[in-house]
Amino acid sequence: MMMRKVPQPGWNLEYLMFVFTRLSGLAMFILAIVGVVMALIMGARTQMDLGTLMRWTFFQNPNHVLDSNIPDVTAGWANGFWQIMEMLVIFLAATHGFNGLRVILDDYIHSIFWQYFLRVILFILWVFSIVLGIYVILGS
Amino acid sequence: MALKRNVNFFEGLRYKGGGPMLAWILHRISALVIIFFISLHVLSSFFTLETGSDLAIAYNTLYESVYFQVIVYFCVIFHAINGLRIIILDTWPKLVEYQHEATWFEWLIIIPIYGITIFVMIQRAISGG
Repeated sequence: MMMRKVPQPGWNLEYLMFVFTRLSGLAMFILAIVGVVMALIMGARTQMDLGTLMRWTFFQNPNHVLDSNIPDVTAGWANGFWQIMEMLVIFLAATHGFNGLRVILDDYIHSIFWQYFLRVILFILWVFSIVLGIYVILGS
Repeated sequence: MALKRNVNFFEGLRYKGGGPMLAWILHRISALVIIFFISLHVLSSFFTLETGSDLAIAYNTLYESVYFQVIVYFCVIFHAINGLRIIILDTWPKLVEYQHEATWFEWLIIIPIYGITIFVMIQRAISGG
């Protein structure tokens, strides 16, 4: 019989990320629904195809709808509200995704050294992707 | 801390977990596909804007193809609906008793949504739209 260390219940990293994964999943549902409904209200039904609408739904960046038939993207499609939405999507999706990768890697990689090594790489990639995302959002 | 499991891949496949186990393994696979897709999408946007290299253009034509979209769309819709099932079962733990029914109900939601969408996608791809 192998002994293993069972983490104590409480507000540790595993529990926090367990709660965060559920909440961010729900939040991304809401962000996607707000994105697609607002796009349809602003005239997406006649001005863009399904692929463009999907790109807008998951990341509300004006660059995503530039090649559609919208006459003026700056009217309604590019403002502070959408920038905040984009930052929320970037933060929630990147954290959800990199934490998921960490959980999957922990399941299949048993060496403590490699676990921590990959965690450090994932952490750097996570910070990098959020910074890059904010740079793209503020620059577009 | 990871458990040391002395179980190889083929023995793992014979584990009789049923529908919920299939949903669990598909949740993982679809997560990896989504991460792979988004990483390549970001990289290809970057290289298209900065260099316009052949690699970025080749990847853009790949993910605009209907085969790729059918797979990615399945992964996204499955990950979303299965995630909703996990949230509901975790929030009300008494419902775990009905996890097999929940998994069937989940497929009952996924199959019509996915079926209608790929019907339209394939119809447009065949008619060249």
